[in-house]
Amino acid sequence: MSVLAHIFEAAGIATVVLSSVREVAQKVAPPRALHCEFPLGRPLGIPNDVEFQMDVLRRAFALLTEPSGPVLVDHPVVIEADEQPVSCAIPPRFDASLPPCVDEARGIKKAYVRALERRGVTSVGRSIAADEVPNALAVLHAIANGQDWTTAEIPGGNIMSLCHDIRTYYEEAALELIDGPAPGGRAMENWFFEKTEAGATVLKARTAMRDAGAKFPVWFYMAPGNR
Amino acid sequence: MNGDQMMRAHSATLPAPQFDNPAWVSPVALANARVAIVTSAALYAAGDEAFSAVDTGYRIIDRERRDLVLGHWSPNFDQMGVKMDLNVVYPIDRLEELAAQGIIGSVAPRHISFAGNQPDDVSTIRLDTGPAAAAQLRQDGVDVVILTPV
Repeated sequence: MSVLAHIFEAAGIATVVLSSVREVAQKVAPPRALHCEFPLGRPLGIPNDVEFQMDVLRRAFALLTEPSGPVLVDHPVVIEADEQPVSCAIPPRFDASLPPCVDEARGIKKAYVRALERRGVTSVGRSIAADEVPNALAVLHAIANGQDWTTAEIPGGNIMSLCHDIRTYYEEAALELIDGPAPGGRAMENWFFEKTEAGATVLKARTAMRDAGAKFPVWFYMAPGNR
Repeated sequence: MNGDQMMRAHSATLPAPQFDNPAWVSPVALANARVAIVTSAALYAAGDEAFSAVDTGYRIIDRERRDLVLGHWSPNFDQMGVKMDLNVVYPIDRLEELAAQGIIGSVAPRHISFAGNQPDDVSTIRLDTGPAAAAQLRQDGVDVVILTPV
């Protein structure tokens, strides 16, 4: 973002960056930056809080009247990521003949469909369609339990984007299942990886692939780097 | 170290391109300025071309579109905020409100989305797609860009 600021400025467009990593803004020194110590992925701070978002924009645009730069100003509010899993219902076991993650993925399908109908758009589909998520989890379940990943038929062919689609299917479904306050940054990720069978299966398959000698980028990006 | 702390610490160690002779634009008054959003969230309008894993290009988002797909490949940031409220990454409704209030001059007809995960030297963005995006915005009469990262 800070690099683009320099490029746009050179083309005659004034810029303000909402910085998310202070050290980068310091080093790249874009003409004007408002550093926002908010959860990564939420540069305006708080979803559905019009006043807070307007405050961020007002402070950012105020930098346009500075006579010279570079200018790096901190937004006075710090928002930490939420390290607790969001409170969210998980369907009970329905078909005990299936691996738990497959049963679970089938169980939340209605919530996923409701979310899609309400929002009108989904980010599932990078690699597989939502209908294929249970089968994809069956494949990961097999890898987690000893099947050679190199001979497993990975739906869609790319395991990183497959894991994206599984997680996104769950997280979008969870938007319809939250029974507490709106999740803070990371709360939904924590729910997926710490509370669901699918998240546990992704992590187990990832470990199995690492231990079987898969190349670093192949297994590492199946889940966030701190897991 | 939690996920955000880890990513911030990691990002701080990445090579940072230097701009030895940075440009500085003195913009028109905000109340007269046409404003565009440029994000690195890899958002794109449903039906448009998805972002590849190493995508140095950009997508154009028409002002009216709200059906945006999150196409970023990194698993290392919160992806739910933007799904609860697009404006937390792409503050298009806030810009419309600011324009209606006369605080900004107008909202650009087209906005720009890149993917934040770029090769360390960012040379394609610096030499090719960045200037091309800038030219596009200039065509639309954009005076001010707000850049929003994920």
